[in-house]
Amino acid sequence: MSARRPGIDKADYYRGIRMTPYDLIKEIAIATVGILVVVLILSAVLSSPDVPSATIQAWAKADPVDFVTTAASELSGQSTTAQYGPPYTSGSGSTQSIGPIEPEVWAGVHIPVDAPLDFVLQPLSQATVGDQTLASALNTFNDASAGQQAKWLNAYTNALGSATLVDNEVSVPSGSYGPVPILMSRLLSLARSGGLDALLLTSDHFYQTDYTKPLLFMNDGGYFVGLAQAQDLTGSQWGMMNETGRYPGQAWLWLYTLWYQIPPFNTASNGDLLVVVVMTILSLGLLLVPFIPGVRDIPRWIPVHKLIWREHYRSMTK
Amino acid sequence: MSEASGLGSSREVPRPAGPAPGTSRTDSPGVDDRGWTAAVRRRLDGRLPLEEVLPTRQPAFVGSWVYVFGVVTIAALVWVLVSGCVLAFMGSAWWHTSSLGHFFNSIHFWSVQMFFIFMVLHLWGQYWGAGWRDGRAKTWMVGVVLFLISIVTAFTGYLIQQNFDSQWIALNAKDAVNSTGLGGIFNVLNFGQMYGIHVMLFPIALTLLVVLHIVQVRSRGVVRPIGDPYVPDSGESVSTGGPR
Repeated sequence: MSARRPGIDKADYYRGIRMTPYDLIKEIAIATVGILVVVLILSAVLSSPDVPSATIQAWAKADPVDFVTTAASELSGQSTTAQYGPPYTSGSGSTQSIGPIEPEVWAGVHIPVDAPLDFVLQPLSQATVGDQTLASALNTFNDASAGQQAKWLNAYTNALGSATLVDNEVSVPSGSYGPVPILMSRLLSLARSGGLDALLLTSDHFYQTDYTKPLLFMNDGGYFVGLAQAQDLTGSQWGMMNETGRYPGQAWLWLYTLWYQIPPFNTASNGDLLVVVVMTILSLGLLLVPFIPGVRDIPRWIPVHKLIWREHYRSMTK
Repeated sequence: MSEASGLGSSREVPRPAGPAPGTSRTDSPGVDDRGWTAAVRRRLDGRLPLEEVLPTRQPAFVGSWVYVFGVVTIAALVWVLVSGCVLAFMGSAWWHTSSLGHFFNSIHFWSVQMFFIFMVLHLWGQYWGAGWRDGRAKTWMVGVVLFLISIVTAFTGYLIQQNFDSQWIALNAKDAVNSTGLGGIFNVLNFGQMYGIHVMLFPIALTLLVVLHIVQVRSRGVVRPIGDPYVPDSGESVSTGGPR
């Protein structure tokens, strides 16, 4: 054997261990080619999932009543997003805490979303060109007191419970709704044209990559969740660990997703935060396995190593 | 249980000292062993000479099937990176409109699946072999960090597919991220932010950590089997536990 290099003590460490020829490059080459062959076969035979994204346009066409109901809840400030809390709003509808620990509240609003303005009034105001009826309705709504707006929206939202489709328009029994039906009708038309998808992306910049607002708006309705249910993707169906079609999805998230299936996580209002805390503790535990008595000793107590190094132990016996 | 009798013994294995600083290892003209560069070279050469990076002999117990998983994990990562580079170069919409693009997406998809399958098998293999023994705790810890970063990297990959899966996963995940207070700076609904993180930041971190992990493994070599402890010249066992 050649003279030992400074700082390397393997000859000492492996004293008494039989050494055998080993070709690392050959092993890596075979593994790389082998994996490529398997991946190519799987890609050719099974392909990969690509269900087209949902759009507000498709939603407005497929389920106009759900769309209008959602839009009305945005305008009245009653939607999930409108009441979410940080980082979108100053509300507290979806904030989670563990006792005095309130990370969302501490972090505050960083992505401000004004549901009535961003999802309804602002897009409509950009569609008033050549539509005097809409412009007038917007003025009437904006000039009304908050109390009057709430009365119109409450009455209209209640009436939506018995809404019907007449000539592809959402029709409700007559009532005192003020300008709300016109606003909703125009927003529905705007959405059906695809214009609302674009308007919810609009910011002060030409290039757009932030889909926060259109996604939050779609998530407030029932249509989007219905699409997910049809694909077995909802939380009670192991949620985001799955993906569309019969593909493995993010199977490595099984432990994270598991907690959402069992009490108290699946019923607690702060379930997300509880799961994050549990997974953080478990991850730290995995990281620190070498230093945790008991956990680090399990491999000695349960002798899987006898299977791993079967040949070695056999040679020792001889 | 005392540390000496537990599998958690991560005590440093004694190393023979390298040449003293400032002393020359060669008489060749033009070679100077003084300065920072020489110190780094000495350290690298001492800890990881080429014969350890590319070994031609290994302990016979390395013939166990459990050692295949780490190599295959790296092989899968190679194809994850290659297919990812093609997808990144051609643009985020390419694979939705081109059959060739979709095929490359499938290669990326299945390479990731292979990567995780073999990484998890590698992790379990190292756990049941208590691979952290004899001063290898840092190697285990870097491996766990790699595992966790890989999960986040794959997650951001799902977010930037620009299809229904990415919409749904983003909207589901936002509540968990927001609950930590990090939603404002890690906005899973922001495609641009997730795209940059997925195609650049995490792959760079992942690749660097994989290199570090391999250097750690090659530097110390694979750990001896449980129950066959290393006994240095002092006679004190530092690799303990295992069958009695």
